[in-house]
Amino acid sequence: MEGISGADLIKACSAIGAGLAVIAGIGPGVGQGIAAGHAAAAVGRNPGAKGDITSTMLLGQAVAETTGLYGLLVAMLLLFVQPLVG
Amino acid sequence: MNSVILLSGDLGFMIKGVFSYNLFGQEVWITTSHICLLIVMLIIIGFCIAANRAIKHATEVPGTFQNIVEMVVDMLDGMVTSSMGKAAPKFVNYISTIFIFILISNISGLFGLRPPTADYGVTFPLGIITFCLIFFNKIKYQKISGFIKGLCDPWPFWAPINVIGDVAVPISLSLRLFANVLSGTVMMALVYGLLSKIAYGWPAILHVYFDLFSGAIQTYVFCMLTMTYVADAIGDGLD
Repeated sequence: MEGISGADLIKACSAIGAGLAVIAGIGPGVGQGIAAGHAAAAVGRNPGAKGDITSTMLLGQAVAETTGLYGLLVAMLLLFVQPLVG
Repeated sequence: MNSVILLSGDLGFMIKGVFSYNLFGQEVWITTSHICLLIVMLIIIGFCIAANRAIKHATEVPGTFQNIVEMVVDMLDGMVTSSMGKAAPKFVNYISTIFIFILISNISGLFGLRPPTADYGVTFPLGIITFCLIFFNKIKYQKISGFIKGLCDPWPFWAPINVIGDVAVPISLSLRLFANVLSGTVMMALVYGLLSKIAYGWPAILHVYFDLFSGAIQTYVFCMLTMTYVADAIGDGLD
């Protein structure tokens, strides 16, 4: 621990924090999977409405994706902008 | 450490400053985003001039280019009409414009540019325009009384939550587009940077996903959400 300065420690912890932040991707993954599964079931039940179902599914998935993207942004800020390194 | 967000850096996907000048004592940087934005604008303007000429000299049996232009206009018309109904003629111009702009911006990564939409300074104004459209149409079609009634939806003391919900719309819209395009740009830069020895040919598959597929989906989603919000703001005002 001798040669480690405070700034180095903050950078290392920022990297760990960035790794933890992208765990947020689990939620949207599950959510999008559920949406796609239900859309597949809906197409199976009513193949005529395939276009409408697909566009609705894509819209819902894109909205569900937002929280995961917030996690990605936090990771990016921690890694590249490094707001905590004074 | 740089104070401006993502303005400069060593990695390939960062926004780089090209040159700076002094404007009223303030240092202003011209960055790669500005230049890529200009290139995208020139492409769109060139396409528009060519399309204008093709439609002015339209023939009974359409040629290739006239066919493409008619297809694009028809598709955009259908998209706006299917989700806005009666209000479609008022908004089809604006929605078509941002659709083409965002689409060409997103897929410009395919041609070696840094996509302009991977800069929060480009997507946030788009979100602000949507916010202004929602606000303006709400006041215009639901009047002040309807606006206040919508604000105090379940109970009057719920108003702060509704205000936060309204303000979150442009932020989430712009962040969604920005983060999606940025993630694609970062992934491609990592592939080219880390695997530069063996990155021949096969990254094309990744380009198809990150630039074409993701870009097209996000364009569609941005326009679709804008239309949904605006149609919601108009409500039954056009009947």
